[in-house]
Amino acid sequence: MARIGVFVCHCGLNIAATVDVAKVVDRVSQHPDVVHAEDYIFMCSDPGQLLVQGRIQELGLDGLVMANCSPTLHEQTFRNAAALVGLNPYLVEIANIREAVSWPHMKEPERATEKAIEIILATVEKVRQNTELHTIKVPVTHSVMIIGGGVAGIQAALDCADAGLEVHLVERTSSIGGMMASLSETFPTLDCPQCILTPKMTQAGKHPNIRIHAYSEIEEVSGFVGNFQAKVRHKATYIDWSKCTGCGECMTVCPTKKIPSEYNHGMAKRTAVYIPFPQAVPNRAVIDDKNCLWHPKGKCGICAKKCPAEAIHYEDNTEIEELEIGAIIVATGMEVLPVEHFGEYGLGKIPDVVTGIQFERLLAPSGPTAGKVLRPSDGAEPKEIAFLQCIGSRDPANYKPYCSKVCCMYTGKQAMLYKHAVHDGQAFVFYIDIRSDGKGYEEFIQRAMEEEKVLYIRGKVSKVFEDEGKIVVWGTDTLTGKWIELRVDMVVLATAAVASSGVTELASKLRITTDEHGWLKEAHLKLKPVETLTAGIYLAGAAQFVKDITDTVAQASGAAAKAIALLSKDHLERVPIIACVDQDLCVGCGYCETFCAYGAIAVDPVTGKAEVNEGLCEGCGGCAAHCPSGAATLTNYGKKQVFDMITTFTNGQVVQ
Amino acid sequence: MTDKDRKGEGKAAAGDDFEPVIVGFFCNWCTASAADLAGTSRMQYPPNVRPIRVMCTGSVDTSFVLRALLEGADGVLVGGCHPGDCHYVTGNYRARRRLTGVIKILEALALDPERFRFEWISASEGAKFAKVVTDFTEDIKRMGPSPLKEL
Repeated sequence: MARIGVFVCHCGLNIAATVDVAKVVDRVSQHPDVVHAEDYIFMCSDPGQLLVQGRIQELGLDGLVMANCSPTLHEQTFRNAAALVGLNPYLVEIANIREAVSWPHMKEPERATEKAIEIILATVEKVRQNTELHTIKVPVTHSVMIIGGGVAGIQAALDCADAGLEVHLVERTSSIGGMMASLSETFPTLDCPQCILTPKMTQAGKHPNIRIHAYSEIEEVSGFVGNFQAKVRHKATYIDWSKCTGCGECMTVCPTKKIPSEYNHGMAKRTAVYIPFPQAVPNRAVIDDKNCLWHPKGKCGICAKKCPAEAIHYEDNTEIEELEIGAIIVATGMEVLPVEHFGEYGLGKIPDVVTGIQFERLLAPSGPTAGKVLRPSDGAEPKEIAFLQCIGSRDPANYKPYCSKVCCMYTGKQAMLYKHAVHDGQAFVFYIDIRSDGKGYEEFIQRAMEEEKVLYIRGKVSKVFEDEGKIVVWGTDTLTGKWIELRVDMVVLATAAVASSGVTELASKLRITTDEHGWLKEAHLKLKPVETLTAGIYLAGAAQFVKDITDTVAQASGAAAKAIALLSKDHLERVPIIACVDQDLCVGCGYCETFCAYGAIAVDPVTGKAEVNEGLCEGCGGCAAHCPSGAATLTNYGKKQVFDMITTFTNGQVVQ
Repeated sequence: MTDKDRKGEGKAAAGDDFEPVIVGFFCNWCTASAADLAGTSRMQYPPNVRPIRVMCTGSVDTSFVLRALLEGADGVLVGGCHPGDCHYVTGNYRARRRLTGVIKILEALALDPERFRFEWISASEGAKFAKVVTDFTEDIKRMGPSPLKEL
């Protein structure tokens, strides 16, 4: 026979005004396993907790039912209080009689009281069959893998490395820097990435605790929090990086020169052997085997002959490296919708219609025009430019329903920078709403409008087409209600931001999830924005949703802080409510394996019985419901426990 | 098994004073949170549903539902996360597939399959929780006491 104590909280009047607590105490006391029941005005207060602790000691209670608010509020409070006086915390359960009883049934006190009694008695049935549990200790590897080497990944890497963790920064292109490296200047301070990003890139490249795996991708991730194993594929560069000095001689001699440059978003060409940009970290050349004449024809070979370091060997040097990792930060960033969309705005058909990120390259001193704004078709200076916002964003019928968040600001910035470059030029901005919600952002937009005389037109554009050397933009000014026709020299489209390509495949390798648009899903939008639902995997930057640099860096430091906190201990503690398998009942059918989304339960090939990996099991209990032989159970959620709870509800009381 | 003074709940014949006994299995992450939200927002709904918090609807064994109905519950309500939102990735899909089988069993038992209901209620849908509980209670009242009660 168990010795259970039931403590009924009044919660001031929150419970007591509806539920007849005296009657509840009287009725639950009649349960044969309840040795003590009492009520108190605020059980969660210090005197309330002391009262409970005193009763545990003086009556030798071996189980507690705390009848009060939702377990999300005070389950931990009472479990900690019980543990302090030697009662195993997992022998404490909450009967929720506030959110589930007194509040939604305020007008029916008698029936609410009955419901409260039944919920408490059902919880008594559960507690008397609970077993003592102890937190599971798992060892920890003190290293972090960061996927994506943009500003988010770089920031997180530096923070983790400064905290003494070993950092593996994995980047799929041949240099870190990400999207920010392609920008001209950044709003609202007009800092150039060369001034603020490249020093961070260099710092990451030289940091003793950071290893950059450039030109590498994630092949496979297994394991669990604190103990992940990652296979990283170092893609074939065909160049010995230990010899390559990054001199760039190979690029000057390569005959294949017409490949659109990824770094320049197609606004310039690159060679088949290339370093993406002069400030690249690591500053090493790679051979693009899809365009190199040596692959597959075996012709050319000029770069190898000219390489002063004799680093080029054309051999497939793909390598798969296995890493032991404690925590993972995913910082895969974003892209913009591909150019094949938006034919209605002439994108891809009219050379002088470009995307925002392409226009960044025309504004950038490091770009193909060295910062001079020259239109792609004839290299002339455009005297009038129309900027169209919300292209593919806030457009649920055709493209993306969400606001891409950064376009209002970068369009304002681009119009401003254009005016700085072309003093007599005129910039027009078509917008739906201006969203300038950051520090100094609204003032920045006002500056574009008032000081730089950028003309803002509220309305959407219906059509963009070419006519006699000009680009005609048809639209509506919704403030005046008038139809507008503009004849301009260039059009810049603020195209919708989308999650990086390949992120869905990466997510399934990591066992994390994406939302319907491919953005990685956080554990809780408000309260756990950098965590994922898989323990030990965190999110940084625009991989979670579009972010500007300010927010990206903040979130990256947040993710790094979470990883650092996780790995600050020698052991990790996990909630021990996990599945277990009765080895006598298990027939080794492996049905549980097919259910488990975490790969946490598997049939041991030697014993032929299913076994649970304590580190991986998240405690959902699905295998228990799925097990045909009844061998698998979720600890403290056994079938008999649930049956007895049901019986309490259907028949009033369980006969033991 | 002993009967307790239950104010005639579930015992009276079909009529105005029939108060059905409904057992609810609510997942910890979505529907139990929705129930908390409904309570916190002081939304009023009938007290007939007796909630059991489970970690995931994927852990709701067919036998839980059948046990409740065979013991005389007038209805069983299972609530979990929306498709794609399961805290445990796919538990709710597994639950849907498994519990669809319950309907066939209820038909074989000559029980109205409408006595069992499976709903997606997210943590933010307190109002939906209150509505589902209210509607289900009304529906069960209309159906009358479970015929298995007399067994």
